[in-house]
This record gives sequence, structure tokens and C-alpha cells, in this order.
Amino acid sequence: MSVSVRIPTILRTYTGGNAEVSGEGATLRDVLAKLDSDYPGIGARILDESGKIRRFVNVYVGEEDVRFAEGLDTPAPDGVQISIIPAVAGG
Amino acid sequence: MSLDFGPATALSCRECGTRYDLGPSFACLECFGPLEAAYSFGDVRREDIEAGPSNIWRYRSLLPVPADVATKPNMNPGWTKLVKAGNLGRALGLKSLYVKDDSGNPTHSFKDRVVAIAVEAARNFGFHTLSCSSTGNLAGAVTAAAARAGLDACVFIPADLEQAKIAMARVFGGRLIGIDGTYDEVNRFCSELIGDPLGDKWGFVNVNLRPYYAEGSKTLAYEIAEQLGWRLPEQIVIPIASGSQLTKIDKGFKELIALGLVEDRPYKVFGAQAQGCSPVSAAYKAGHDVVQPVRPDTIAKSLAIGNPADGPYVLDIARRTGGAVEDVTDAEIVEAIKLLASTEGIFAETAGGVTVGVLKKLTENGVLDPEAETVVLNTGDGLKTLDAVSGDAQPTAVIKPSLDAFRAAV
Repeated sequence: MSVSVRIPTILRTYTGGNAEVSGEGATLRDVLAKLDSDYPGIGARILDESGKIRRFVNVYVGEEDVRFAEGLDTPAPDGVQISIIPAVAGG
Repeated sequence: MSLDFGPATALSCRECGTRYDLGPSFACLECFGPLEAAYSFGDVRREDIEAGPSNIWRYRSLLPVPADVATKPNMNPGWTKLVKAGNLGRALGLKSLYVKDDSGNPTHSFKDRVVAIAVEAARNFGFHTLSCSSTGNLAGAVTAAAARAGLDACVFIPADLEQAKIAMARVFGGRLIGIDGTYDEVNRFCSELIGDPLGDKWGFVNVNLRPYYAEGSKTLAYEIAEQLGWRLPEQIVIPIASGSQLTKIDKGFKELIALGLVEDRPYKVFGAQAQGCSPVSAAYKAGHDVVQPVRPDTIAKSLAIGNPADGPYVLDIARRTGGAVEDVTDAEIVEAIKLLASTEGIFAETAGGVTVGVLKKLTENGVLDPEAETVVLNTGDGLKTLDAVSGDAQPTAVIKPSLDAFRAAV
């Protein structure tokens, strides 16, 4: 499955400055694993030591915050856009 | 570019402690944790603060702002009333109760405090446009402050906000963009805009200026302590939207202790949410230390953040201080607005209904100590959320202008 991944500013050092890269995988977990093999080190910025999404990172598959879906097991359908975004607050 | 942030010397990651130069950045490059201002405080004395202006700039030596901040065009917020709430206290059975009434700020919510600090950061970084994602109050505070400071404004809100908040955000000029979605979706949009050339030279007060902006909430802690006679309250009830305000009030109290400005005595921090958006309260009650996001559905729109970034810190603080996090229903919010209004003459917005409602609930549950000195926050003005009470708040009677008619009506 081919997907596109939007990269936040602070991770673009890994992607040569690219704001969007292509990825592959059946689930978010697979996509992140492939992303880390394409851009070594980026995975550890998104996932903590125990392999969970860091608590100050929000990941969206399409419009869906994956914490509402199946987390890392959320399916990544062909052509979907995945966004990785630092958590921010306000009100 | 020469930066002047007064006593602030660096940004530091709240999660892992990595330090960065002062700049318009908000997330740690190592772990995505939130960055916050770190300081090197000089000798801060009560008498110097007391000799300062009657606004937040009396605390400028504790904030990331230049020493001459008070001479620049800004909204000069703060130093709002701490109301001794004897009637409300008697109604609830609390011996010593105060309402910190932040509806008295220039745009009628506590947001003027945080925006004032963000404006100084925007000036420092040479930004030309002030922006934000907002649940309503912030949008008006930003457009007003931008007008005063001579900056452009472009603010983003969920399109379904209360009419008063929309009018307030628009009347000061600048652009107001309604987004078809929830606050969390607006927030996500702004995060993406920041990485885009469209948002170049923009200061998003609660995103890339957040480490500065958020510090403004510390002034609530400073004022409450000073207004109590340089003493910490024993219990404080604070609303939770993103959790930033509660987190920074705790930081403010700790700084006052560390600087020797108040006696080090225990205080308990209680967080208040609306049941229709209570992810932090739910996590507290379940014993979790992370917050599962929710989709908000409550009349307390200013607190309707389903994915509160500082939620984990709120949980830490409530547990560390022996406080709690509680929530109330929309009906309880409306009742609490009326109770506060009829006992103290303070007309709170729905967020104030949330804090007073939680105050009542925690008192009835025996969680709050009725003998302890207690402060409850009202962070906004009831005129902005009239719909919450307008169903019941109608004339007692409509009569002909005659004494007979009045006699018959009463």
C-alpha cells in the first residue's frame, strides 16, 4: 500500500527538508517501520523506548487521530495521507 | 537580531530537560515534549512588586519580557479582583472562599494575560502577524492586542462558536477564519500552517509562541498570593481546557516559594472540567497518567478541548498536591452560573460555571476541606455565553406602567 506522510518541521532534518514523503505499509506500524528504514532515526522520535507513540505526538491517518482508531494498528489504506504533528495547546 | 526576554534565559523541555536558545519553537527536537521558559531570577522583593503598575507588569521580573515592557503599547491586563465570597461560601458551607474574577480583563477573559506575553515575543522575533487557534476568548484577546500593538491578526476558530465571541474577535479588525470542525481540528490546521510558507513570520500565540504565552498564566498565581497578603491559598479550583493554565499556576506558586516571597505551605490544586469534555477528569478517576482524547459536546465551549496537551501534567499536579480533577454536567454548569451571580454579583461565562459547579460538588462530596482557605477561578464574562442562561433569565413580569399592575404582578 502506498501512502503519503506529512513530516512536521522539526523532523524534516531526517527527510532532507521534505514536508511530505511517500511511505508504504498495511498499518500505521508498518508505515512507520518503513519510514525509519528510509530515514534512519526518525522512528525513535515518534515512538518511545517501549514502541508506543510518544505522548506529545499526534498521528493522523486521513482525518482520524489514531488514538480514536486502533493506534499503531490503524489500517493505512492505499493513497491515504498520514500526518505527524506535535501536540500543542491553547484555547 | 538582539533578543530581550528579561529574566528568561533559555527554553527547556518539560519532558527531558534538553535546553534550547530562546526562539519561536515549541516542541523538543529530542522527544516532542513541550518547551517552556527557563529563568535566571535576580533578587525579587515584595516591595518592588508592590511599587509596580496595577497590572501583570508588576511581575515583569518573573516573566519573559523586557524590563521596559510597561512602556510599550499593550493591553495591560491583570490585577483583577480577588472577591471575598462570603455569601457563596455560606451557601456551600465553606468558611473562607474567594473568587478570582478574571472577567475584569480588557477583553473579559484571562486570555489577555497570556496574549500580552506573546505580543512581546512576537515583537522580539520580528513577526508581523499575530495568530491563534481559539475556542473563542483567545481569538478576541489576540485581535485586540494586535490592534493595540500595531500588528496584523489572523485568527482561527471552530465555526460554531457563540455569536458574542465571534463579534468580539472580529470587531478589532484583522481576519477571522471559521473552520468547519472542532477546536482540535483547528489546532491541527494551525500546526500544519506553521510549517508552510503561508504562515511565515506569523506568531501563533499558542503554538510557536506558546513557551512565552503560557507563562502569562503564572500571573494568576502571583496575584492571588499577593492579594491574600503574600500567602498561598490552601485549596484552589482551576478550569481545565488544555491544562496549561493549571500547570502554570502551580509553577507560579512554586516560584514564589523558591524566591522566598511566600511561606512554603501545602496547597491543593483541583481541576474542573465539563462532563461533555472531561478527558482529564476521566483519566484522573481511572488512575491513568495519560489522557485519552474525546470529542467534546458541552456548553462550556471555552473548555472544549478534547485532546488537552498539558493533561498529563494536570494529573501529576493534582496527585502531587493532594487535589483532584472533577467534572459537572451542563445543567450543573448553568445552576452554578446562577448561584455565583445571585450570591456574589458576578456573572461568569460557562467556564466559571464549571469551576463553581465543581467547587460545589467537591464540597458536597467532602473532598474539599470546608475549613481551608479556598480560591475558585472565574476566567471569563457571562455576557459572552448568554445562551447558557437566557432561557431562564427573562423578566419576572411584563406589566403596564401602573401601580395596580405592579401590585397584581408581585
